[in-house]
Amino acid sequence: MEKNRSESMVSKLRPALVSFVVLTLICGVVYPVIVTSIAQIAFPNQANGSIITVTQENGTTIDVGSALIGQTFTKPQYLIGRPRGTSQLSPVSEEQKALIQERVAWWRALDPENSGAIPSDLVTASGSGVDPNISPEAAEYQVDRIARVRNISAKTVREIIARYTTGKLLGLWGESGVNVLKVNLALDGRIQ
Amino acid sequence: MSQVIIVDGLYLVILVALSIPLGNYLVKVMTGKRAFLSPLMLPLERMIYRLMGIREEDEMSPGHYVLAVMVFSGLGLIFVFGLQMLQASLPFNPENLAAPSWDLAFNTAASFVSNTNWQAYSGESSLSYLTQALALGVWNFLSAATGIAVLFALLRGFIETKKTTIGSFWVDLIRVSLYLLIPLSLVFSLVLVAQGGVQTISPYHEIVALETGITQSIPLGPAASQIAIKQLGTNGGGFFGMNSAFPLENPTALSNFLQLLSILLIPASLCVAFGKAVGDMKQGRAIYLVMLILFVGALAAVTISETIGVPLVPGVLDSGNLEGKEIIHGVGTSALWGTATTAASNGSVNAMHDSFTPLAGLVLMFLMQIGEVVFGGVGSGLYGMIGFVILTVFMAGLMVGRTPEYLGKKVEPFDMKMVCLIVLVPPVFTLLGTALAVLMPQASDWLTNSGPHGFSEILYAFSSMGNNNGSAFGGFAANTVFTNVVGGLIMLIVRFVPLVAVVFLAGNLANKKMVAKTEGTLSTSNALFIGLLIAIVLLIGALSFLPALALGPIADYFTAVI
Repeated sequence: MEKNRSESMVSKLRPALVSFVVLTLICGVVYPVIVTSIAQIAFPNQANGSIITVTQENGTTIDVGSALIGQTFTKPQYLIGRPRGTSQLSPVSEEQKALIQERVAWWRALDPENSGAIPSDLVTASGSGVDPNISPEAAEYQVDRIARVRNISAKTVREIIARYTTGKLLGLWGESGVNVLKVNLALDGRIQ
Repeated sequence: MSQVIIVDGLYLVILVALSIPLGNYLVKVMTGKRAFLSPLMLPLERMIYRLMGIREEDEMSPGHYVLAVMVFSGLGLIFVFGLQMLQASLPFNPENLAAPSWDLAFNTAASFVSNTNWQAYSGESSLSYLTQALALGVWNFLSAATGIAVLFALLRGFIETKKTTIGSFWVDLIRVSLYLLIPLSLVFSLVLVAQGGVQTISPYHEIVALETGITQSIPLGPAASQIAIKQLGTNGGGFFGMNSAFPLENPTALSNFLQLLSILLIPASLCVAFGKAVGDMKQGRAIYLVMLILFVGALAAVTISETIGVPLVPGVLDSGNLEGKEIIHGVGTSALWGTATTAASNGSVNAMHDSFTPLAGLVLMFLMQIGEVVFGGVGSGLYGMIGFVILTVFMAGLMVGRTPEYLGKKVEPFDMKMVCLIVLVPPVFTLLGTALAVLMPQASDWLTNSGPHGFSEILYAFSSMGNNNGSAFGGFAANTVFTNVVGGLIMLIVRFVPLVAVVFLAGNLANKKMVAKTEGTLSTSNALFIGLLIAIVLLIGALSFLPALALGPIADYFTAVI
């Protein structure tokens, strides 16, 4: 009787234990190993973080960033991205309004000659806090300043911006974005 | 605006078009018929059964089925908790991350086993690659497979007559995993990598920032493989803390579209599978339509509020509410994502819900509070909605004075008791959790926002955990002993009490005989019934949550307007 009961316990637990182990191995080892292997062979750059490597003047290479992770730019000769970090504030709150007004004042101080309306992505933070893109309007807003500070033509700046602008998917889905880091690397002549 | 309508419309058309073949495929798989992947998977499936010592045709009583689910999920809970606690001394931990606190590890284990994927941790700063892939990644699959398995047990309750068994949990579990979740995830994760999703076991990559010259660390990991199943299995737990707003998790417009599609793909397919399985496509269509109508209404409200609901600041161009949103996703697809992820109990985000406008935030909360039945979780959304269907049939039956019946099965007191557990347990625990949190003296320290929006952060958190969604108002500091423990328990209760009730309901239904359809039988597939069902779903939600919503998002809205 006792033996029967313990046997039936084991026979009840066996499916649970075996299925648990087998499915854990399939979903947690086999599956990620297959995906990682194919990814590393077929898409090595993407799979490893879309790192941008440039050659320095002394011939050595340096990793200057990921094409997908925005960096802080504050100097007037650079295309400047969105504010870092997310506020998590209600967009109708007084705190958020004050934050936006502070950022508006910052942009006005950076470029007093530009009295145009500021595109709203330049004064609002993204969800990730590291948005690599800005809207084409936000890039256009900065063209004259960059051209003036760098003493190059606005046309050149616009050409570089256009080169690193991605469109909507099938012209419909999502929004266009300008990759800030790539534009700045191109402005500095470090990528083509 | 017209472009948003076209894009959203196109999204829904593609969703419906894909859900029909997938739903049909799933019924084939679950009834053991040969399907597209059988030549590849059948030998593996049979080998697993042999290892387990079971036979495909051995069926379970409801009690046995419940026991199997609970033992299996219990093993998962212990395993996910244990692996986190031991991660510091295990391999594949290139950043040398320490074990999380016990309460955080418990919360995470409860969260992933219950298909909630509420995240009180931030992946890149607290979990090793091993923990991510072997614990969280696996339970992305298995919690999803469990939900779908239980749904099919319920469907057998409607199909079978005079039977005491409702299929085998093991067979259901293995089939859903092998034929549905793993193949879809495999294809999807590779597309994600091609778009820029990371998938590596290398340590984080150091870069030197261009302007500042400061060395920064780019977080990496085996992410894409986990992101694929996080979306397909309505899990929603991000590999990285910022979830699908983080560009390495959701890099492009195409990845955004595909992830959005996969949030609703399987829950939508299950409506088709339901119709096919019970042999009356109109029944599946009716439920599908109810979900679609509620979804489109919510989507319109969220999109309009996000487009026009922000105050204008002098000197700034008006382009809708961009706070907390990525530029390439924009207001349009972020509103669509917010609606889809809360309608389904997915909970992944591509924008910060805390910074949504008050009325949009209200809709997102309400979609969770009505019990995650507008598509809902894979399996659990549809069995929750079937609970509402039976409730509607029962109330309609009371009104006309006839014995209520659904799909030829009489609805009797035991069935209604189970339905009450399915429908009422989530709102009760959502409200209890919220009330308890508000009573905590330190509650105000957990909030980023003040006033009504601060209360919304708490209400959202417990609505999310209390309905196994997993998204959050990010300003809420979730990693506290109180929220970890109470929230963890709530996630387990609201997942497993209704689930057990569904299995016993299935058993009770399977045991009944079919009653013949007569002229007096209430149609459960016509427009009148669809309207009635929508009304009941909204009514139960509104009765439970209007007072709380009035203190949160509604007060938030009026404070800002006045």
